[in-house]
Amino acid sequence: MTVILNEGDAAGTTGAASGSPVDAAPEPDKAMTRGRLVLIRFMRNKLALVGLVVIVGMYLMAFVGPLLSKWTYDTQDYSAFLEPPYSEHIFGTDKIGTDMFVLTMRGLQKSLIIGLLVALISTTIAAIVGAAAGYFLGAADKALMWVVDLLLVLPSFLIIAILSPWFRGKSWFLLVVMLAAFQWMITARIVRGMTLTLKEREFVKAAKFMGQPARKIIAKHIVPNMASLLIIDATINVGSAVLAETGLSFFGFGVQSPDVSLGTLIGLNAESATTFPWLFLFPAGFLVVFVLAVNWVGDGLRDALDPTSTRVRRKEKKDTKEKAA
Amino acid sequence: MTTSEIQFDTPADPVLDGPVLQVEDLHVSFPSESGRVRAVRGLSYHVSPGEVLGIVGESGSGKSVSSLAVMGLLPSSARISGSIKFQGRELIGQNDAELSKIRGRRISMVFQDPLSALTPVYTVGDQIAEAILVHRKVSKAAAAKRAVELLDLVGIPNAVERAKAFPHEFSGGMRQRAVIAMAIANDPDLIIADEPTTALDVTVQAQVLQLLETAQEVTGAGIVIITHDLGVVAGFADRLMVMYAGRAVEKGNVDEIYQRPRMPYTLGLLGSIPRLDVSEKQALVPIKGQPPSLTDLPDGCPFAPRCPMVVDACHTAEPPLVDVDGSAEHSAACIRTNEIAAADAEGAEAAVEIFGAEVAGEPEVAKIPREQRDVVLGLDNLVKEYPVNKGVVFKRRVGTVHAVAGITFDVREGETLGLVGESGCGKTTTLMEILNLQKPMGGEISVLGTKSSEVDSKRRFAIRRDMSVVFQDPMASLDPRITIHDCIAEPMQVHGYSKDEINRRVPDLMRLVGLRPEQLSRYPGEFSGGQRQRIGIARALALEPKLVVLDEPVSALDVSIQAGVINLLEELKSKLGLAYLFVAHDLSVVRHIADRVAVMYLGKIIEIGEVDSVFDAPRHPYTQALLSAIPIPDPVKERQRERIILTGDLPSPANPPSGCRFRTRCFLHASLPPEQQRKCIDVEPPREVQAPDHEAACHFAQIRQVL
Repeated sequence: MTVILNEGDAAGTTGAASGSPVDAAPEPDKAMTRGRLVLIRFMRNKLALVGLVVIVGMYLMAFVGPLLSKWTYDTQDYSAFLEPPYSEHIFGTDKIGTDMFVLTMRGLQKSLIIGLLVALISTTIAAIVGAAAGYFLGAADKALMWVVDLLLVLPSFLIIAILSPWFRGKSWFLLVVMLAAFQWMITARIVRGMTLTLKEREFVKAAKFMGQPARKIIAKHIVPNMASLLIIDATINVGSAVLAETGLSFFGFGVQSPDVSLGTLIGLNAESATTFPWLFLFPAGFLVVFVLAVNWVGDGLRDALDPTSTRVRRKEKKDTKEKAA
Repeated sequence: MTTSEIQFDTPADPVLDGPVLQVEDLHVSFPSESGRVRAVRGLSYHVSPGEVLGIVGESGSGKSVSSLAVMGLLPSSARISGSIKFQGRELIGQNDAELSKIRGRRISMVFQDPLSALTPVYTVGDQIAEAILVHRKVSKAAAAKRAVELLDLVGIPNAVERAKAFPHEFSGGMRQRAVIAMAIANDPDLIIADEPTTALDVTVQAQVLQLLETAQEVTGAGIVIITHDLGVVAGFADRLMVMYAGRAVEKGNVDEIYQRPRMPYTLGLLGSIPRLDVSEKQALVPIKGQPPSLTDLPDGCPFAPRCPMVVDACHTAEPPLVDVDGSAEHSAACIRTNEIAAADAEGAEAAVEIFGAEVAGEPEVAKIPREQRDVVLGLDNLVKEYPVNKGVVFKRRVGTVHAVAGITFDVREGETLGLVGESGCGKTTTLMEILNLQKPMGGEISVLGTKSSEVDSKRRFAIRRDMSVVFQDPMASLDPRITIHDCIAEPMQVHGYSKDEINRRVPDLMRLVGLRPEQLSRYPGEFSGGQRQRIGIARALALEPKLVVLDEPVSALDVSIQAGVINLLEELKSKLGLAYLFVAHDLSVVRHIADRVAVMYLGKIIEIGEVDSVFDAPRHPYTQALLSAIPIPDPVKERQRERIILTGDLPSPANPPSGCRFRTRCFLHASLPPEQQRKCIDVEPPREVQAPDHEAACHFAQIRQVL
């Protein structure tokens, strides 16, 4: 198609972008910085704001909550076994008398950190490796993709299970690294493919021909143009990291007792879901709310970063008609 | 070949008296989030048998929607009212099954994009045969035979073999031919062609127009041709209808409209076309602003916001289409037609007068004789070849694509060199070689006196400051993720400008290209194509380069917007003393903007020289053919012109013909006696001086007037 839809050269006229989401430029002469624009657009998305508030609230709750309670996760109240929530134990107690509130908060701490860190690390690795392989091609591409393929065929669960005795007693951060190491490969492949197409776009060529070095082209033009993919990928990864950790912990490889995570709590108390629902519902509810909030924030971030994303879907329908015009 | 039993009616065969198509007060609207889009608002026209009606307008003026309504191809959400009578039979309100009997049989359509109009998984012959089998009770063999005949008729060489080919094995021009073959397969009474040449090269465009003419002669059908380019239809259409905002704003005979346009919009369209046949600098008329939104049209004339002749009365009511000049044949919708009629000048000159367009002056440096100016870009025998490899595990080299086979030219300070040629001739490869600044495979590139084979990365970085690029596609050339400010600032950041300096310069650059600095915090997606191209130009000028490489900068734009961008480029050149390397396939744009022109064919420059000399007295047969293929927006001249139609497509650059590369398609070569033909086959013609600053590479170069 050589004819451009909605063509019009409105040099010096206002018509072009009336009703655009960034009409409100505070100072007419000075351009808004990108960060400020993204922030404004993000703030406009109510659901994302709610998500953000929920996440921040959960962090506060997880880290401050246990300090306010008189119980700790490794002490028991021998006067209350399997008690439903009441004033002394607001989330109830489990069968050995541990306070469920502190226990859930302790689990939430671990899951929050593990989920977010794993997602962040794995998506970052995926973006860097994929973009570098796609942009430079040749030997770099061959080597990196060989690593990707190798990691893809390794059974990650088994390896983490085998290695777990070795990192027993060491920092939980090792678990994060292990989980991240096995989560980035498929995204890296997708990123590489997208880089190959983006590389041929004229704005990337323009940057190259103005003398922009390769790493800056990747950082400034290629990765931001995949932001939607990466953000969605990261939000999915938060969920799957928490679940992977849950799975490992369930089999006794991940977070070790007496320390807990949401995963171990859910795993332990799944069978009591109908009989003593507070044992199961509180950890599971927090997990659901947390993953949901992360997704909302992810959606909002994507829309804020991508100037076309919200409008695109609405415009698409219109465009097909205008095309016919 | 014996002919199959299906035959065309004799052209004179009177099916019915009266018009084939009669459209009365047609309204089409679509629902949308922001209200109903009234795409067509009260359109009336008719097409007589054997007549060619041209419908002209910018994108979004409703020209395609109105013809889709005739075909009954609009989505079900569209609301249609009015009357469409085909051979006296009402089409509106008929169900799809009824319409299907007419579609493809009595009315057929040629679409813009020949690639998407053919199914990739069936052979071309099968697809044409299918068109016949749907409507006629004939055997499969007869239909297949008929398909081959039709392919032959539309000028596809070796039709028996080619009927078995798949669409991807056809070039763009051949695909469009196949689509036309399909359109005429059932001897229709009406052919609707929707921008049939927009996606094609100029040489192919001429072939396709010629073919449509043939198709009309063979079938005797009425033709509706839709286009945004007034030049295309000048020689082809009998009557013309100009559409704006869903309505006809001017209707009349083609000569009337070109010579005595009575509506400012038509004037603007006419004035915006650069003309091939005008040697002195002509002022191009840009139509400011953009078409109105069709959801809430203001009262009054929809063109009023963009009209240079607007008066208060224009805003009160929408002017009806009334007869002008006392002729029932010519009508226009403007309250000031009489004043336009009273103007001294006619046609495009009147447009220049009314729209107040100006010719940009020559840059200061142009006063110095060319030989004494510095060479900003020099190519000496540049060669670029690509290997053709075969095999998966062991790659064997089975051939070489000679994309650029030794080209030499230079661009001096303050001048514009136009580089023209068909797609696939190596223009883009040449550009990429220049922009990459690597050591070339053969030959030498020098930018501002520095040879690219000798530069290190530091020097290369320094050269990039003096050379910038503007790309063809305004959609793809700006990063959609960064604001216009960051986009224009990027080259300055790369080259270490201070923050204050950047913040000072960016608004200046915006003003320089005719945009408002308040828009700097917006994203590229919020701008129109023409504005985006201006932003691309602003970015290219950020580092105050000496040379700007322009890769088809206006070919993706509508004609009226194109004029604005061309004017801007000219103005900038005279203001800043830039040198341009302007790559284009549209020769009329090149004539308008370039000082010198180089014509490329299969990786070689076959003619180069001062632009007026090359255009007025072309020596090489290929240049002559190219020039004769460009339509001139003047129906009288256009009908008198003799077209040189090149046969066939560009040969593969992997296996170029021996001797003169053009000989396989050369009309001059074909007319020579055998002993002279030998010379063309054996000896590659060198580039020889034909006139001052005019070289051509042909053994038998002779001047031929083609304009």
